[in-house]
Amino acid sequence: MAELKLINGYPEYMRESIKLVEKTRNKRLNTLPKQMTMEERDEVLRTYHPDYVEGGKRAIRIGQNKGDIAPNEVVDLLEAYPVIEPDELNLNEIDYDVDILIIGGGLAGTSAAILANDNGIPADKILIANKLRHGDANSMMAQGGTQAADRPNDSPVIHYIDVMGGGHFANKPDVVKALTEDAPVAIKWLSELGAIFDRNEDGTFKELTGGGTSRKRMHSCQDYTGMEELRVLRDEFRNRDIGNIEYSPVVELLTDPSGKASGAVLWNTETEEYKIVRAKAIIIATGGFGRLHIRHFPTTNHYGATADGIVLAYRAGAKLRDTDTVQYHPTGAAYPQQIIGLLLTEKLRTSGAQPINVHGEQFVFPLEPRDVEASAIIRECYGNNNGVETPTGMRGVWLDTPLIDIKNGKGTTEKAFPAMVRMFKRFGVDMIKDPVLVFPTLHYQNGGVETDPWGHTNIEGLFVAGEVSGGVHGKNRLMGNSTLDCLVFGRRSGIEAAKYVKNVQHAGELTLKHVEKYVSMLKDEKIETTRKAPILFPDYRGKKVLERKIDLMH
Amino acid sequence: MEEKRRDLMEEIAEANSSASSGIDDKKIKHWIHIYVLGKQYKVPASLTIMQALEYAGYRFNKSVGCRAGFCGACSTMYRVEGDYKIKTALACQTMAEDGMYLVQIPFSPAVKAKYDINNEPYDGNVFLKYYPELARCVSCNTCTKTCPQDLQVMDYVQAAIKGDFQKVAEWSFDCIQCGLCAVRCPAEIVQYHAAQLGRRMYGKYGLSEEPNIVKRVEEIMSGKFEEEFKKVMSLQKDELEKVYVKQQNEREIY
Repeated sequence: MAELKLINGYPEYMRESIKLVEKTRNKRLNTLPKQMTMEERDEVLRTYHPDYVEGGKRAIRIGQNKGDIAPNEVVDLLEAYPVIEPDELNLNEIDYDVDILIIGGGLAGTSAAILANDNGIPADKILIANKLRHGDANSMMAQGGTQAADRPNDSPVIHYIDVMGGGHFANKPDVVKALTEDAPVAIKWLSELGAIFDRNEDGTFKELTGGGTSRKRMHSCQDYTGMEELRVLRDEFRNRDIGNIEYSPVVELLTDPSGKASGAVLWNTETEEYKIVRAKAIIIATGGFGRLHIRHFPTTNHYGATADGIVLAYRAGAKLRDTDTVQYHPTGAAYPQQIIGLLLTEKLRTSGAQPINVHGEQFVFPLEPRDVEASAIIRECYGNNNGVETPTGMRGVWLDTPLIDIKNGKGTTEKAFPAMVRMFKRFGVDMIKDPVLVFPTLHYQNGGVETDPWGHTNIEGLFVAGEVSGGVHGKNRLMGNSTLDCLVFGRRSGIEAAKYVKNVQHAGELTLKHVEKYVSMLKDEKIETTRKAPILFPDYRGKKVLERKIDLMH
Repeated sequence: MEEKRRDLMEEIAEANSSASSGIDDKKIKHWIHIYVLGKQYKVPASLTIMQALEYAGYRFNKSVGCRAGFCGACSTMYRVEGDYKIKTALACQTMAEDGMYLVQIPFSPAVKAKYDINNEPYDGNVFLKYYPELARCVSCNTCTKTCPQDLQVMDYVQAAIKGDFQKVAEWSFDCIQCGLCAVRCPAEIVQYHAAQLGRRMYGKYGLSEEPNIVKRVEEIMSGKFEEEFKKVMSLQKDELEKVYVKQQNEREIY
């Protein structure tokens, strides 16, 4: 059935290049290329990073951030019409009356729910709305780890400096301080809830570095870090009987006549009916935009990562920031075809794997910040023409994974990366014996809805936490800071929302006035389009089917 | 130069197109047939089950999640033409094969016990206290044969019956909670929930307190880093950049 004869997963011509990688392996074992200077970093970014190369972005024409630059795919959604007709909905019949509505049940949303409950909000006055199941989130797929400066040679201040530099000093300082200072608190909290972090024999945490981090502070649970963190929190959440509704994405926020966030419209994806939630506070924790396939890149992201949160918040008048930057993870799978774009954690490189070109040569320090590392790989493939072309026409470089066992002892890879080993094995490749082919993949929304250190937005009653927020990572996030971001600002927004709802009344009237106003802004700006948002799900259906599809049920 | 670089992005987009913009039928040389609800669909060979179903015309609003083998949303049962055996898989992590009869299992109606982790004694009986049906295990090994992660599920069920937290935690650690074991179990055991209970108990009570984190949290609470934060946060951008570069040059690597 296969198109090509494969030898242990690879066609013969790729095997030829693997031989060259094997040949230089011992020589490379203990030598690394130099780190780039700040000038060299700038140069490779400007020339090869998809964010810096012209043609992928344009200015937003309406709303709070009018004139700001964002990827075309994001602007398309900000300049789209609502999926509902505001005057067709009955907003007076309230289906769920709660104090706090949390949109999205990943690490941020689930942390927020537990902390709101800890801070005096009864379980039945909190509701998480999930688009798919509770726990369906990018958090679940986080492999590498969570940063927290807890070792004696480290400190939250050192962590802070790493984050600022990695983000090109565009981050919001007070938010970064909160992130780095709360990090050890978050890890301790998870441990006390029963999360199992990797340990050394003496009982201390086993910690590694990441690209752009100057100390070992990555806490991991093999390569299932996000999964372990989230399943523990979800179990705790379920033990407390906190309100939870699945397969019910929010398709629009509701505001009171003064513009305060006051509720939301849910849409049951099975029955297609809508439900009205009234809430005193709303925490948006919907994650990012990977499934928009910006610049046609493949993505590491969950199926539900469709930028719903920024669309909803922006219509309600929320301010965004750093919308111009997208994170491409340096090492997405480029082969085999079934797993293109999927994440190969940075922890592979912190454990000794090196990026290697078609000739078996090193070309970049393996642990530059992500944007720099990704640009260097693109340069090697398309600028220097030293990539390996796959049977489907993709180009990539090798990630020399067999080095991990050579460096750290036989069996290390299997023990530290069971998910990766398993995934490649399923598709015929043994990453313990052979290198794997990688190319940058769309990974993370660096910017988002602007927040302060407590998750507040510029809209009263509206909080954000996690990837949907903007400010903490500046123009580029470091490894191990996304799960951390979710934990820290999930917790903080939960605490703060609990405080807030104790002093406010429910909205007297629920409205969609902000949506009507947004639609008239679109019309005033003469934006004519059939595009509607939020899109909720990507669409990968075959073209032939779509050509013949007719809608008879409506 | 600008023009050339834009071409570069177009070139990359073209190379990546199979993963982002859909499959071009003209490039497909090999085809297979799969069956959904017994109906035959012709799809390209070398796709995952999930990609094949999408090609066939399905736009998922359930039975889909991370698409990378971490979330357990795409549990699938299937039989291959000519074989009587019912097999299980994750749709996103399994190649579609010619002659597959497929059905997605988006939900398993399993009960999760509620408990208070802070007030639960570290006692091996906790498994049977909350999941007494564990005792009904007949050691048929169906759970192990079902597990798409290839875990030794029956072994950790036996460890749970014996109250061995460490073994339950270690042997179940890679569980993605897809629920297929529970769906197939003739004794109606909910293996994955029992395992979750075991891992949390082991994580909280079976492991020693980590000394560094306890000390660091105390230091943070006492305000130890406030002064230093103030100093660093008052630096101008170029000064902070110098501190950053120095710190990067003195970094720990491996």
